[in-house]
Amino acid sequence: MSENKALTQAAAEQDAQRWVLPAVDVFEDETGITLLADMPGVPKDRLELKVEGDALLIEGSVQPFTPEGLEAVYAEVRIPRYRRSFSLSRELDTARIEANLKDGVLKLRIPKQAHAQPRRIAVSSA
Amino acid sequence: MYESLLSYPNSLFGQFERLRRELDDVFGVAGLPNSIRAVAPGSLPAINVGRTPTSLEVYAFAPGLDASKIEVTLDRGVLRIAGERASEMPDDAKTNTYTRERDVGAFARAVSLPEDIDPNHVKASYRDGVLQVSIARSESTQPKRITVQ
Repeated sequence: MSENKALTQAAAEQDAQRWVLPAVDVFEDETGITLLADMPGVPKDRLELKVEGDALLIEGSVQPFTPEGLEAVYAEVRIPRYRRSFSLSRELDTARIEANLKDGVLKLRIPKQAHAQPRRIAVSSA
Repeated sequence: MYESLLSYPNSLFGQFERLRRELDDVFGVAGLPNSIRAVAPGSLPAINVGRTPTSLEVYAFAPGLDASKIEVTLDRGVLRIAGERASEMPDDAKTNTYTRERDVGAFARAVSLPEDIDPNHVKASYRDGVLQVSIARSESTQPKRITVQ
C-alpha cells in the first residue's frame, strides 16, 4: 500500500468547497434571541457574518497553524470551513445584532424590535 | 487503508465513494473517518494528529474552554486530554430553547503515542478553541545520513 499523491491533491481541492455545519444552541427570551455556535479554529479575521433580508449567514474558515512539513497521521476534522444560515423572523432587529467570538465560540445576540417586546399596558381607571 | 481502497477511481468502489461524498454534502456531516473504530460524531472533541520530522502534533478541537482548567497528561506513552465545558444556557423559566446541539459537560480523550517521543519536551497551547499539543520526537530517531566513503 503506497500513498497516491494525485488522489490526495484532488481530494484536498474538493475539500476547499465543502463545509461543515457548526453545532449551535439557540435560546429565546423576552428581549431577543441568543445563538451560540461552535467554530473551533476560527479567529476573528476569518469569520464572516452576513444578514441579507431575513437570512443570517455564519461562515468561518479554520486558520491553519500547522508547522512546516506536517504530515497528517490521523484526522477526524478534515473540512476547514464552517457555514450555516438561519432565517430570521420579522420581529428581530437585525440592525442591532451583537457578535462576540471567544475561544472558537461565536455568541450572537439578536434583540427583538422595540415594538415587539412584551409591554405591560397600564390601565387607567377613568 | 480502508479509505484508499474506496478512493480508487473508476472502479465499483469509486461510484460508492462519489455517492458518499454527495451524501456528505447534502447532510453536511463532518468528514468522518470511515474505519471500524470511528468515534461517534459530536460525542468527544475531534482530534487530528500530525507528524513532522522533529515533533508529533495533536490538535483537539474543543471550543469554549477555560485554558487553565484543561488537563493534559502524558503517562507511559498515552496522552490524555480532559476537561469540562460549562453550560452557557440561561437557567430561567422565561427562556425557550430551540436548539441544543453543543455538547456540555466533561470530556476525556486518550491518544496512544509512538515510542519515539521525548516526554520531557511537551508544549500545549489553546487558541481559538483548538488545543495544540506538541511533543518532541527523540533525537535518536531522526533519520541520519550516512556518507559513503
